[in-house]
Amino acid sequence: MDPIHQFEIKNLFPIVRIGTAEIAFTNSAVFMLIGLVLILLLMVGATRSRALVPGRLQSVAETSYEFVAETLRSIAGPEGMKFFPFVFSIFMFILVLNVIGIIPYTFTVTSHIIITISFALLVFLTVIIYGFWKNGVHFMKLFVPTGIPIYILPLVSFIEVMSFLSRPVSHSVRLFANMLAGHITLKVFGGFVTMLGAWGLLGWFGAIVPLGLTVALTALELLVAVLQAYVFAILTCIYLNDAIHPGH
Amino acid sequence: MDPQAAKMIGAGIACIGMGGAGVGVGTIFGHYLAAALRNPSAAQGQFANLIFGFAVTEALGIFSLLIALLLLFAL
Repeated sequence: MDPIHQFEIKNLFPIVRIGTAEIAFTNSAVFMLIGLVLILLLMVGATRSRALVPGRLQSVAETSYEFVAETLRSIAGPEGMKFFPFVFSIFMFILVLNVIGIIPYTFTVTSHIIITISFALLVFLTVIIYGFWKNGVHFMKLFVPTGIPIYILPLVSFIEVMSFLSRPVSHSVRLFANMLAGHITLKVFGGFVTMLGAWGLLGWFGAIVPLGLTVALTALELLVAVLQAYVFAILTCIYLNDAIHPGH
Repeated sequence: MDPQAAKMIGAGIACIGMGGAGVGVGTIFGHYLAAALRNPSAAQGQFANLIFGFAVTEALGIFSLLIALLLLFAL
């Protein structure tokens, strides 16, 4: 009944050895591939017929497309739409991986900090490189708010730089910790059911309460899974907006 | 004190920080709801701002949870 056991990464078969480090095909990689295949099936299957009046599958694809496009356009403006494939890929990948993780006996890829920090650093480095490439030195205006008295400007700039540098940390830890905490909670309540069930008939009646709570928490986790994918995407849009339009 | 016991106590204390995030998230959604009832037509336009504020506030609570988890399982 170890609630952490579900996050264990198992090597399925080794691929290559570099020195002492072994690169293996893990259960994490399996679920990433499953997520990728599901997204591909959804998108390719939905756009195959391209009906004027969309069917069920096609309207799922169209709704998710328009949802992300509308979010990106409203935050980063029309110039931000060149990042649409990037934001849409990140959103769909995290959404599908989060939702797969809700299913019992599956592995939640996004509950590992290495996965989420990779996404967050990808966004962070994209913002820095694109910001300097597009705006040059003007990108530094991000750290110098206008309308601030000159004698507190150094302090404000320092805080702005610090908050900019802590972005990848908060961006990645939010997704990872939400997934981790949610799945641990589910496991702990599942553990209560089996513990009470071991007490015999009286325990079975008592186990109804944690069982009902587990069902309710699973519903809450589904909400959190979708919400965190949306939050990740919306923060990506906001950070990209800083690269496109620096200055407050 | 036994180091294991100190870790457990530390993890419990770290979780107090999540209370502050709870207050913050409640304030954000409460004010959003109050404002949305006053002017429902403008509510939908502020949904992205709502989620952004929620995410930024929640991050701080998640940080304290992370400290608790690190104390329990990693350190």
